[in-house]
Amino acid sequence: MAEERDDGDEIEPVDGGGVRSLWSGSITFGLLSLAVDLFPAVRTEALPLKLVDSSLRPLTRRYECPEHGRFLSRDEIVRGYELDDGEFVVVTDDELESLAPEKSRAIDLRKFVDVAEIDPMYFKRSYFLTPAENEANRAYRLLAETMERSGRAGIATFVMCGKEYLVALLAENGVLRAETLRFSDEIRAPGDIGLPIDAEADPREVERFRRAIEALAADDVDRTLLRDERVERLRRIIDDKLARGVDVEKAPEADEAEDEAEIIDLMDVLKRRLQPEQRERAPASPPSGDAARDDGNHAGGDDLERRSKSELYERAKALNVPGRSRMDKDELIRALRSAGG
Amino acid sequence: MAARAMWKGVLRMQDERVPVKLYSAVQDRSVHFRLLHDEDRVPVRQRLVEPESERVVEYFETLRAFLTPERDLVALRPDELDALAPEPSRDIEVLRFVPTGAIDHRWYERPYFLGPDGNSGALAALVAAMQETRREGIVRWVMRKKAYRGALRAAGDGVPMLVTLRSAEEVIVASELGAPRGKPLDEREIAMAQQLLSILEAPFDAEQYKDEYRERVLGLVRAKAEGKTVRRVPARRQRIEPDLAKALRLSLEAERKRA
Repeated sequence: MAEERDDGDEIEPVDGGGVRSLWSGSITFGLLSLAVDLFPAVRTEALPLKLVDSSLRPLTRRYECPEHGRFLSRDEIVRGYELDDGEFVVVTDDELESLAPEKSRAIDLRKFVDVAEIDPMYFKRSYFLTPAENEANRAYRLLAETMERSGRAGIATFVMCGKEYLVALLAENGVLRAETLRFSDEIRAPGDIGLPIDAEADPREVERFRRAIEALAADDVDRTLLRDERVERLRRIIDDKLARGVDVEKAPEADEAEDEAEIIDLMDVLKRRLQPEQRERAPASPPSGDAARDDGNHAGGDDLERRSKSELYERAKALNVPGRSRMDKDELIRALRSAGG
Repeated sequence: MAARAMWKGVLRMQDERVPVKLYSAVQDRSVHFRLLHDEDRVPVRQRLVEPESERVVEYFETLRAFLTPERDLVALRPDELDALAPEPSRDIEVLRFVPTGAIDHRWYERPYFLGPDGNSGALAALVAAMQETRREGIVRWVMRKKAYRGALRAAGDGVPMLVTLRSAEEVIVASELGAPRGKPLDEREIAMAQQLLSILEAPFDAEQYKDEYRERVLGLVRAKAEGKTVRRVPARRQRIEPDLAKALRLSLEAERKRA
């Protein structure tokens, strides 16, 4: 997708800019624990574009086995590490999680630092954390308030999608944000590159540059300088086409299961998660649909369909349901029912 | 051992020009996995599919479309997208110089070292002038058909750097989101939490953190390749206190004992 980046370890972007929680777990601070969901804080693109066919029908990505020449379902796909001889070693999610079970579940804040001390080189990506359930609300607000007053950032490492992340957790305007940081061995030293640092600066030349700097000096960062002009131009083309009705097609109805992934703007998803009381009845789970999908589980009356995905995840965690971190909502419900929860 | 430069450009400010080379300041160290078909362990191939007809669409046949909140799809033709590509240029234009630190961590994306392209005197003079004035530049350039915004700064050891910055459209400002609401917090609880936080305060030391997990993943892979069985480590049961005030009091007691 993003050819320009050689980071290679960003979390897989969701097709067409949809938004999903990337990780569900908890933040621990002493004996305090709060369940959170993690979302990107940066739009992958300001105006995400979907891939469509020539008749403007949206496309999805499917995995195919080149040998069998057919599409594979999710449970037919495994992760493999390629050895030097081209053979693959298959590694399961459960195995990856069991390598660091605590870190897979919690961001444990054991250290707090002055964020200004962290060199810009370390910062990698930005995420927002939202309280996963109502009970987490108060602990979330307490932690955010405390961190904001102290002006400190919590440092921790945790495991997400089979990879360890170093994060700085910050509070800003009552919202918790995680900035992933590079590990020191991901940063090169100028010496590794062989840069000449020996050059002498000619005082007259320094003076010329000093004058140039002063001529361009400003006290603050003007956000408009950080605008991406392409976005503005793209928006104008889109608005013009909409106004004229050219190249416009009605999109097919969203699949119920697509839920929040279909909400286009990250901002809307975050607002809904941060202030659920503001949320209008979500179109994603109409009551009638719930009844229709209830697979014959009338006796239990467990009402699992009405639970949020993170609530289901927490239950699955409590019951130690294997492979839960990769499950979608329906899969979690099925697994919980068979686990008797 | 000298690394290869990944791009060459010319810093421009007022009438000054400084030819530079860009070198990546970071390296990828992550363990990469491939997705395989369970049955035959063959790497899978991604296909684009129109879900209704199940028809496979080749990449070159695809168009881009924007989906509005009203669920209208607006198609963008390849020539329209091509026309949006910025003009190629070697110029790295310095727009402003702001006090060091004015550009905060929300904007940082990816760092590059700068080296001189030819005569190194001009770059050394620019670095010295930035250090004396304690300022860093906000710059703009086009690299490989893409427009970038960046911070031009002298690192602690005087090495010039360019850090690409996220765009204003990409960054979501926390103040626009609205914080979770609820009953007012208990000031005593905040005070306890602040005490706990201050006990855990320390300087930031990057060297202290190692990606141990990466080693464990590679260890797991090696063990499995040799046909060894891998013992699962069960999670430690972490002690959690659901009552906020009690949790804080007990945590404080524990930390004081440790200190």
